[in-house]
Amino acid sequence: MSAPILSLRNLRVDFPAVHGWRALLTPRDKRHVRAIDDVSIDIMPGETLAIVGESGSGKTTLARAVNGLVPLVAGEVWFDGMALHDRPDWHSVRQRVAMMFQDPVGSLSPRKTVRDLVLEPFAIHGSKPARPEDKAVALLAAAGLGSDFLNRYPHQLSGGQARRVGVARALALTPALVLADEPTAGLDVSVQGEILNLLNRIKADHGLTTLIITHNLNILRHIADRIAVMYLGRIVEIGPVERLLSAPTHPYTRALMAANPEPDPTARRERLVLKGETPALTARPAGCEFHPRCPVARPDCATRVPVLAPSPNGGAVSCHYPLTEDIDQS
Amino acid sequence: MTDTLSVERLSVHYDTREGVLRALREVSLAVPAGQIVGVVGESGCGKSTLINALLQLLPENARIADGAIRLNGEDLVGASSRRLRDLRGREISVVFQDPMTSLNPVLSIGRQMRDIQYRDPVSRAEKNRRSAAMLARVGIPDPVAKLDVYAHELSGGMRQRVAIAMAALMKPKVLIADEPTTALDATLEVQIIELLQDLQREIGCSILFISHHLGVIAELCHRVVVMYAGEAVEEGPVEEVFLRPAHPYTARLIECDPGRLKQKVAQLPSIAGSLPDLTNPPTGCIFRARCDHATAACAQKPPRVELDNGHWAACHHAREVQI
Amino acid sequence: MTAFRHTLTGRLLADPLAVVAMLIIAGMVMVALLADVISPHDYSAMNLVDRFSPPSATYWLGTDNLGRDTFSRLAQGSRIALYVALTAVTISGAIGLVLGMIAGFGPRWLDNSLLFIFDTARAYPTIILALALAALLPRGLSTVVIVVVITSFSEYGRVVRTQTLSLKNAEFILAERAMGASFGRIVFHHILPNVLGPFFILAAMNLPVVITIEAGMSFLGIGVPPGTPSWGATLKDGFDYIRTTPWIILAGGLPLILVTLGFTFLGEALRDQLDPKLRKGR
Repeated sequence: MSAPILSLRNLRVDFPAVHGWRALLTPRDKRHVRAIDDVSIDIMPGETLAIVGESGSGKTTLARAVNGLVPLVAGEVWFDGMALHDRPDWHSVRQRVAMMFQDPVGSLSPRKTVRDLVLEPFAIHGSKPARPEDKAVALLAAAGLGSDFLNRYPHQLSGGQARRVGVARALALTPALVLADEPTAGLDVSVQGEILNLLNRIKADHGLTTLIITHNLNILRHIADRIAVMYLGRIVEIGPVERLLSAPTHPYTRALMAANPEPDPTARRERLVLKGETPALTARPAGCEFHPRCPVARPDCATRVPVLAPSPNGGAVSCHYPLTEDIDQS
Repeated sequence: MTDTLSVERLSVHYDTREGVLRALREVSLAVPAGQIVGVVGESGCGKSTLINALLQLLPENARIADGAIRLNGEDLVGASSRRLRDLRGREISVVFQDPMTSLNPVLSIGRQMRDIQYRDPVSRAEKNRRSAAMLARVGIPDPVAKLDVYAHELSGGMRQRVAIAMAALMKPKVLIADEPTTALDATLEVQIIELLQDLQREIGCSILFISHHLGVIAELCHRVVVMYAGEAVEEGPVEEVFLRPAHPYTARLIECDPGRLKQKVAQLPSIAGSLPDLTNPPTGCIFRARCDHATAACAQKPPRVELDNGHWAACHHAREVQI
Repeated sequence: MTAFRHTLTGRLLADPLAVVAMLIIAGMVMVALLADVISPHDYSAMNLVDRFSPPSATYWLGTDNLGRDTFSRLAQGSRIALYVALTAVTISGAIGLVLGMIAGFGPRWLDNSLLFIFDTARAYPTIILALALAALLPRGLSTVVIVVVITSFSEYGRVVRTQTLSLKNAEFILAERAMGASFGRIVFHHILPNVLGPFFILAAMNLPVVITIEAGMSFLGIGVPPGTPSWGATLKDGFDYIRTTPWIILAGGLPLILVTLGFTFLGEALRDQLDPKLRKGR
């Protein structure tokens, strides 16, 4: 078995909870909230890992922490033998780690043409291609856009077209790792398929390793090899995509999968409807952090903290009483 | 069965620098009493224009070129602004997509709920009592204390529940829900769907539920209207439309939803091409350029083909379409 | 940038308001450049025989109490007006741009300190400051420029700061950082072009304000030295004889009104064209 290309070890990210002089009046342990807590993940070369979770789960922060956009408090990030937690040369790291952001149009500099936008990575890294015009056309073509887009501005693009420009730009420097934050956000259903097909094709062509952040459960089986489910900044379950979709063992994973309405009016589901909402990061429950919302919680869940351990479905789960039966049988 | 709300051949035009943009063209739809009707469509299909037209709150550069909007038989097009103010909130109310922006940030929840009841000649205490009862009804814990709370002190899910409580407070005949679950997480989305279903049964109102999410429509609605590029292309009972779509666009849209694919596929379906330019819409069928079924006949305006159970589709080939 | 400017010019030419504005401004620049050529008389030549002449073929806009040709003085005055306006707006704009960006990017304490300076400078009444400085500094155009710079740089600073603050957390800036873009690249290639739109609008709107301040100070006798043909000085001369020879003050006010309208129209047209939300029209 080969070595992982990206390895996160006990990652921790804090956000300031109070600002300015008020911080001085606040007890030390209340000045920060923990956004990511003790997250460890390995990603193998060529693998696609999807991180799913709801708002506030820390999934976007995790991707940004890998790329150095938010500072780590503790833990290690190893990328292809480089220690990203130990003040690396981000300029050269970012040449090999590309990132795609949520808002297809908003992540493109509004006063630049599509030509400038796809050539931007070369300008940043001082590696101007011999024939920039040809390079721009080739990159756009790989993302399924014609050369008639070269002189357009972001506001003249549809969501799908802007997303393609984002893909073209992410690929410009042939990165080894792509961090894709909600690649289908803001796209119509009829366009989502095109973009995911494009990502899949590019991943296969270039042997790309991909970390996809998403809350869109429908797309998981079509893009990911493995899934990690996050809740309140921790991984509660991780495992191979098909097993996790068909036999989730964490009650939260199961509720999440069941909470996904299908476009079939005859499908009547017995679902776990969760009580309440995700608590604020400032008010983490004791014991298992999911226990106040958990439909199968037992008394000791309120006191004992679970750890990630091998689960019946071949992955790992952080639950004292993991579920065993498949979704279809329940 | 009578229709609480009906839209008849509604056309809405926007004056833009590029010319007249025909955002809605002869849209007809009906919301029968006590039913939940979904409107589904992608960006640019005219959903927002439709809502604004229903509320008679169109922007300045828009005008209703033709058609009627009947609420209990009364045409809202051309109604006096005084009459419209009477109807809004009382007979017809709305839940918007983003509760953070639809609730007034500087007024307490209780104050906003009292304001909605301004016409009722009852005491302030009685208004508060009603408000708290409605908050309790939508599942807000400790409702009396919540009357003194401001929108920013509530979580996203709670805010949307408050917005729904406000919309339902006057027991309207029609509740318009404009993507009320889009800004919410999946586990909250199902909570809100169940809440809307329960409320509808209790109040007996009709709901017009606008969404781009096929799964939510399939789960919640009795009937569905499919819109594309400013036209209603298909309408019918949810089971009929989702299981036996008669318009090629509906069929392709359902195909594209990755939620229905239980196996990994090599190539996810999508609809090639893009929306037509609505300042200069093509003649004939609006979906023609992107349609697999298109023939020479489609250069003519498609007829409204009636199928079973009040199911119709605007397509020359309505009886040939299959998923 | 070339394409952007090209399309902006194209769009401005399609806007009647902008065309009127550009014609007025071009006319003023022409008059200023060709003042010596088009002036029928020497602006300082006194001709006591013809004092208080009404407008005529010889004196197009009449003469003043010393028999000086009003038209020639106004033409010469346009040079002063343009010089003061451009110098003052350039200097205060540059200071405001730099301070505004530092405030927007800097740490919170620096931002707060700069905001305090902006607010203080803004709160100070222009005329009081002008009177105080006039007492300290020699009378002349540079004093006028200093007064304008002190009172108006904060306006640019505030606008630039607000823009920078909202842009620096925008997703496209995050995307640039994620690609490895340097701080300088982010500031000069991605923040600056987006700040310049509102900045230029403000500058265009401020040009006539500066001209008015110069005229006002000269009118009060604390602006240009006596004898200088500034528009304000011409107004002051005319004011003394408003009952007998109203054409002096009428003629003196005319270019001031025209120029104010011209630059304000230009500012409004720029705002229409540079704000994408207004441009889309839907």
